[in-house]
Amino acid sequence: MSIRLFAGIDVGASTTKAIILNEESEVLGYAVTDSGADFEGAARKVFEKSMEKAKGMSSDKCSVVSTGYGRRNVPFAHSTKTEISCHAKGSYYYYPKDHTLIDIGGQDSKVIKINTSGKRTSFKMNRKCAAGTGAFLEEMANRLKIPLEELNGLAEKAQTNVEIGSYCTVFSATEILTKIRENVPVEDIVKGVFTSVIKRALEMDPMEGNVVMSGGVVAHNPYFVKMFRERIGKDIFVPPLPQLTGAFGAALYANETIGG
Amino acid sequence: MSEEKKAAIKKIQATGFMRKIMADYFYELDRAAKEGSPKIAWCTSVGPAELLMSLGFLVYYPENHGAMLGSTRKAMDYIPVANSVGYSPDICSYLTSDVGAFIKGETPLSRAYEGIEGVPKPDILVYNTNQCRDVQDWFGWYSRELKIPALGISTYRNIGTITEDTLSSIENQIKGLIPTLEEISGNTFDIDKFRHILSLSYDCTQLWKKVLETNMAKPAPISFFDETIHMGPAVVLRGTETAIEYYKVLLKELEERVANKEGAVEEEKFRIYWEGMPIWGKLRSLAEFFIELKSAVIASTYCNSWIFDSFDPKDPFLSMARAYTEIFIVRDENFKQKYMEDMVKKYDIHGILFHDSKTCPNNSNNRYGMPQRLEKNLNVPTLTINGDLNDLRCYSEEQAKTNIEAFIEQLESK
Repeated sequence: MSIRLFAGIDVGASTTKAIILNEESEVLGYAVTDSGADFEGAARKVFEKSMEKAKGMSSDKCSVVSTGYGRRNVPFAHSTKTEISCHAKGSYYYYPKDHTLIDIGGQDSKVIKINTSGKRTSFKMNRKCAAGTGAFLEEMANRLKIPLEELNGLAEKAQTNVEIGSYCTVFSATEILTKIRENVPVEDIVKGVFTSVIKRALEMDPMEGNVVMSGGVVAHNPYFVKMFRERIGKDIFVPPLPQLTGAFGAALYANETIGG
Repeated sequence: MSEEKKAAIKKIQATGFMRKIMADYFYELDRAAKEGSPKIAWCTSVGPAELLMSLGFLVYYPENHGAMLGSTRKAMDYIPVANSVGYSPDICSYLTSDVGAFIKGETPLSRAYEGIEGVPKPDILVYNTNQCRDVQDWFGWYSRELKIPALGISTYRNIGTITEDTLSSIENQIKGLIPTLEEISGNTFDIDKFRHILSLSYDCTQLWKKVLETNMAKPAPISFFDETIHMGPAVVLRGTETAIEYYKVLLKELEERVANKEGAVEEEKFRIYWEGMPIWGKLRSLAEFFIELKSAVIASTYCNSWIFDSFDPKDPFLSMARAYTEIFIVRDENFKQKYMEDMVKKYDIHGILFHDSKTCPNNSNNRYGMPQRLEKNLNVPTLTINGDLNDLRCYSEEQAKTNIEAFIEQLESK
């Protein structure tokens, strides 16, 4: 089959994502794996897996754009773009209006402002500490000995919201120890951890206009989005496959800049 | 990958001349320290150097040494030494790296210049708090350690309009230094010598200003990263004929580059303003990165901080008081905002990069809403990167570079 394909590969700090699109930007396949210590290996793995899902299409005719922390570790990519541009691109495709995009990734969180024509007008990334990122949730889950995938269900059951106040991941862990000592129910602590991540995002930039959220934390924790919505008092749009927003944007760039 | 390209920093021919005059300067200080004459004064970088020189002191600048510790990345060996004796990782990392190096008995000078074994021991320490309070605490450490007097000028801070009262206070403080300086130098103050040195200093800084202004050309002939190195003589040799001679040579070279349309960055696409301190240990890496991105960092507050338009030999004390008080770092937010707005227009800047330097709050001007105000007023995007002048523990290369690259992508799509 001689149709052209477009791949976006997002080699993130925690997970590597790939997505394959056709010329109409329809998703033909996608895959996610842990990035681990071999970024190139992870990129090849998700690319091959997502191509398998694209059923019988030839990867020879596939234009590839890589993004994310490991974007330069993808030797088969034809070009690279930062995850900031790719997230904005992916988000605007599904939400073609001016908006503020909040992406909570594994290692960083971003707030990106996009105008009505899809151009980025500004962006902010979290400062050095992991607080406010997926890594923070991982660390706290580990501290509480709770599998990551159970956080959402636990937070939903919380009766009260406890305060986890610190900027610092280590200090936050100490705060959690204090809560454990005070016999605070684990559900309430988990909700407090979610609130902490939300607060860190809100400190970065005003949540002006329409709000869109993406990233792994959003993909796996719908209750987190609900909490965020309540906090800012307005609706939040979550694109399909929120964890793959960056990869999707990269694939759109592949279509635009290479394959077009 | 197709996008990766080799970045080559274009060599400035005057660099050899600069290296020679800097070497001569350090050897002269070393000789004086060994022989006990002339006397040596340590001075803060925007301190009353001209007065010290007029009294026969050779002047050494610990901040210049701090920058050397940063650019050689030796700072990372020394900062923890100062931290461990009670000088916090949150205070000036020039201070902590310099004090740490002194405690360890090491200096990059001895690696750069054969025969120099240490920094030149001072006979007196003279500061001006126009930079920050840390310079006073820095010299205070040496004063206690070496049992040498530290004296200086306490400048008002966050000044909007400069009043006569402010200036007369600074003027009187400068005059008040003279008796102690005479006693230690063994020389009598001579106002004509003072006028002469102030005049040389003025000429030096005016040439330095012209050097910086060559970057109004498109493409810009010199990068901010090179400017921070070539600023050395304007800091440590101002008040000498040598510095004037040097900047004439450098200016000529840059004017030739302008005439030949030879930019520091090939195919310059974007012109960036750098606000804040350099990240000394990453100058080369950042310079190459911007070249790859075809973006030229061409103007900065930092390099413009050694231009002293007000020096006037006819009224040396008052004009020195004015020159050392009207600099950017001493001023209030309104002045700073206007200054930056003017610079953005003057140099036709596409984007402003703020370096939030962890241990240098006085030189981190993103912290009181300035980026947001400038974006609104100028419609020029800004970016803030976190880092530090010397403490690379505060800098994430990956995060900084991703931010810069994303910023350039934003400019491209504008």
